[in-house]
Amino acid sequence: MTASSFRDHLGRPLVAVTGMGVVTSLGQGLADNWAALTSGKSGIRKISRFPTDGLSTRISGMIDFIDIPAPNAVERSYAFARETTTEALAQAGLSGDFNGPLFLAAPPIEPEWNARFELADRAGPSEKPGDAYDRFLAAMRERPDPTFHEAILFGAISERLADRFGTRGLPVTLSTACASGATAIQLGIEAIRQGRTDRALTVATDGSVSAEALIRFSLLSALSTQNEPPEKASKPFSKDRDGFVIAEGAATLVLESLESAVARGAKVLGIMKGCGEKADHFHRTRSSPDGGPAIATIRAALEDAGLTPEEIGYINAHGTSTPENDKMEYNSMFAVFGEKLAGIPVSSNKSMIGHTLTAAGAVEAVFSLQTMLTGTLPPTINYNNPDPAIVLDVVPNVKREARVSAVLSNSFGFGGQNASLVMAAEPA
Amino acid sequence: MSKSASDVVITGVGIVTCLGVGVEAHVAALSGPDAPAVRVETEKFAPYPVHPLPEIDWSQQISKKDQRQMENWQRLGVFAAGLALDDSGFKDNAEAVGSMDMIVAAGGGERDINVDSLIVDEGLKRNDRENLLNEKLTTELRPTLFLAQLSNLMAGNISIVHKVTGSSRTFMGEEGAGISAVETAFARIKAGQSTHTLVGGAFSAERIDILLLIEAIQGHSRGEWQPLWSRKPEEGGGMILGSVGAFLMLESRAHAEARGAKIYAVIDDIEGDRGSREDGKLETRLSRLLDKAKALPADDTVVFSGTTGFHDLAAREKAVLGDALPGRPVRAYGGVSGHGVEAQFPLGLAFAALALGAKAMVPAFDAAHEAAMTGPARHAVVTTVGHARGEGVALLSADA
Repeated sequence: MTASSFRDHLGRPLVAVTGMGVVTSLGQGLADNWAALTSGKSGIRKISRFPTDGLSTRISGMIDFIDIPAPNAVERSYAFARETTTEALAQAGLSGDFNGPLFLAAPPIEPEWNARFELADRAGPSEKPGDAYDRFLAAMRERPDPTFHEAILFGAISERLADRFGTRGLPVTLSTACASGATAIQLGIEAIRQGRTDRALTVATDGSVSAEALIRFSLLSALSTQNEPPEKASKPFSKDRDGFVIAEGAATLVLESLESAVARGAKVLGIMKGCGEKADHFHRTRSSPDGGPAIATIRAALEDAGLTPEEIGYINAHGTSTPENDKMEYNSMFAVFGEKLAGIPVSSNKSMIGHTLTAAGAVEAVFSLQTMLTGTLPPTINYNNPDPAIVLDVVPNVKREARVSAVLSNSFGFGGQNASLVMAAEPA
Repeated sequence: MSKSASDVVITGVGIVTCLGVGVEAHVAALSGPDAPAVRVETEKFAPYPVHPLPEIDWSQQISKKDQRQMENWQRLGVFAAGLALDDSGFKDNAEAVGSMDMIVAAGGGERDINVDSLIVDEGLKRNDRENLLNEKLTTELRPTLFLAQLSNLMAGNISIVHKVTGSSRTFMGEEGAGISAVETAFARIKAGQSTHTLVGGAFSAERIDILLLIEAIQGHSRGEWQPLWSRKPEEGGGMILGSVGAFLMLESRAHAEARGAKIYAVIDDIEGDRGSREDGKLETRLSRLLDKAKALPADDTVVFSGTTGFHDLAAREKAVLGDALPGRPVRAYGGVSGHGVEAQFPLGLAFAALALGAKAMVPAFDAAHEAAMTGPARHAVVTTVGHARGEGVALLSADA
């Protein structure tokens, strides 16, 4: 390769992906996930982690097959991230200290309810309504609880990953809601383009499904209530879609400058060609009705990648299965791709794995790259009743063989968060 | 240092602490002959003193309708961000805010103390606590409270209220979040990835749920307020939290000069790090982060230390500063503002920018332990040593 082949259309270092790891409700590891995903299997199940009596939503895509020392969101999110990072580094052929920055998308943390109940048990009795925290404080004055403290620090997950994998500098822990996974990758791309580093570890994890998390989304009418059967609930782009299915997951991508990846003889799995973002000021949970920010985000990602809409061969949609998102996403894609959109396959992994929230952008980036590597498009399952207002080739219900050299992946979140990634096949 | 088009300059400061609202009140506090008079709330959360919000008219920055969508943590961030936009001259400039990048350092929002109390009290009487949770959370939680608690909704509200929409990223992780936020904004502007970035955070100390975080490791000072370096272990852990909001407008010099913006200060360098603090490793790391600061002149450099006040950490940082930067006066700004956790590092940069912009002779905040300045500030060093992990150092200089 010549030196110029390591640079993009703007003269910036090309960013290669050399390692990937993933865990979802479909299983652990890329091989198992990909086999299930391309078979159209669903990971959505009836919730068993906590009782669901009286709840309108009783299904999710939880991960309960990875051992954790204590049942809380920090332990779970860390364990998922540790597993996917171990997998990704092995695939990248990297051992020993990673020696590059860590960008971690992690869920916001709060104390678990069992921790509050334990505090109440050891604290004095109530003297007036609403005094629980006064009693908690008195209990802590009696006897501190460093485990409680550590379990609610947002920096606790990246701290452990940094120690375990020997990353460099102060890790970034970020949240851009349901776009977080894409933002972590974007930060990694930017750091390599800045010349600050030759490699970056980008991780997204979410093990935060609890009764309170579920109820909070329920109260915003965001979740599907089609509990029976669970595997049929998530139906992106279908007419009878009624909300997303909350889920857990994690993914890790090892990013390297193409030049350094080639220099060390690493196998290049794909290229992170471009990323785009644009915030929305319309509403706290709803997108601008005209899709303006989502459109701007997709266009920015294409421009950053130096690709025209015609060069995109497949779109890995955000496709949450909420009435609003899917319509908005379709309209935004239509604005960018026009009549040609009907000819571009667009599928939603969330039909099978649910919405992995903080992790979604990275999980779906891994699947996007795997689509190009294998020449197989994963389907959108549960697509039996198309929404006539959304005219898309969603790769309905069954996988399809197709060679694709460039993929767009979208992520949109509460708080006006929008991020898109453009990935390309290895340029050999 | 020679000027360059890609220099990262501070062109706007939005600051709220117990010392007041906005630039003027804080320049006054940084320029007076003596330490500013601090405000402390000692009754409401006794035995824990906290630095409360100053008198604040939210409506100056946030419509009543939008105020109702937030609790004070988010309001404070949105308010301080608005002050920074006003101060930089970007407020209501649709094109500027529409292309403006934003990085917010955030924790989480207020919990509903009454609902939590109701549930744990009921839980003491029942052994089916998980079912109780479902019953109570389903009926008692306000749907909108979730959005007031979500970390990235401080940024989301800044987009809604001030139309800052170029990009929106929220960093988490206590003090480290604020360090990473400024470090990332700095690196992006240096590399030409951004021309103007709003960066900062806010922290609300006047909430009992957040006091619990620190008291879980018995970190709070108790009883009466004392200046930061003068706090004694028998009066608690040494930290006094403060309600603070601190946002900075960072621009490339080229972008700032093209529009004729005033420049408070230049950020010359910034770096964050982390690791074990055992066996002198904190000292080694902090000393390395201070390497470039060691060349700064003693007679016009002021060190804004963001120390938490935790006795051990404060003493260790003070010793490192004494070794690495002898003769440079240190100002532990958390002593007058209260500790602002995620907002602590941005707050230190705000203080530094204002001091440099005003060529201030910053008075000692704890005269028994802090030396007087011998001349106006031309250089500043900002440190933050996180209460559990993470350290950061920034170097700033006056522009002219």
